[in-house]
Amino acid sequence: MPKGRVEVLEEKCKSCGLCVEACPNKVLKISDRINSKGYRPAEQFKEGCVACKMCAMMCPDVAIEVYRVES
Amino acid sequence: MAEVKIFERPKSMTDVSTHYCPGCTHGIVHRLVAEVIDELGIQEKTVGVAPVGCAVLLYNYINTDMYEAAHGRAPAVATGCKRVRPDLTVFTYQGDGDLASIGAAEIVHAANRGENITVIFINNAIYGMTGGQMAPTTLLKQRTTTCPFGRDPKANGYPIRVAEMLATLEAPGYIARVTVARPKYVIKTKEAIKKAFQTQIDGKGFSLVEVLSTCPTNWGMRPTEALKWLEENMIPYYPLGEFKLPN
Repeated sequence: MPKGRVEVLEEKCKSCGLCVEACPNKVLKISDRINSKGYRPAEQFKEGCVACKMCAMMCPDVAIEVYRVES
Repeated sequence: MAEVKIFERPKSMTDVSTHYCPGCTHGIVHRLVAEVIDELGIQEKTVGVAPVGCAVLLYNYINTDMYEAAHGRAPAVATGCKRVRPDLTVFTYQGDGDLASIGAAEIVHAANRGENITVIFINNAIYGMTGGQMAPTTLLKQRTTTCPFGRDPKANGYPIRVAEMLATLEAPGYIARVTVARPKYVIKTKEAIKKAFQTQIDGKGFSLVEVLSTCPTNWGMRPTEALKWLEENMIPYYPLGEFKLPN
């Protein structure tokens, strides 16, 4: 399985939760932090990302960048 | 261990946060259009036409030359632009209130003339910007602020299937209906948008991609519930697929 990492651009996130729903491995959640717009940005809270990009594909605010870890 | 970035904001999109409500699928379609423009390498010779509706500020988000058309008149503005400068790639981006209601005449005749332009049509079955009124595409029994007891065909007629209607014309080159309800559909939507732009570049006439979208705010749902509602209610009435392919 490829390994990946999701980076949420917190100032762009509007807390809609579409990425959390789209993630097949459920490694994303809505965080407790608050950004300058008053939204709680999504975050990757555990290992298990396989760099499938589904979260980024569903993000309406293009607030997600995906990295693949190459060993 | 090295990390490689495999997903980032397309270059044809500006680095501006959109004004859309959380979970509004306009943002997904904006990104797909920008990605297609990047992949075809046509950013410097593309002109977009923004509609009236929620996407009225499209020119702030897509980093190409842009017009802002009067309500519903985007296909007419695009016609003028394309006829004067056939070397440019011209697209319009319109909602269902803009395209199917006030702009019904413009879209039908632009399609019937086979104007060599691309139309991205966002169908979310409601008027978003003005506060959730009934659109021509509102489903039967769907509640909106102007049909609070649900759309009644006796009083309001039936929802218009724009893609099928335009596909009955001789001239259009490519007409498809897609959605962004799930990642698998998003991939197909991008393919359809790319085909539509390619149809124009190849000079094969009018192309239109209808994208079934959500309006969580005016539907009164969470963004994730809205996507489920779309899949369960809109796709059965508005079947997905390609209705016309270029010869």
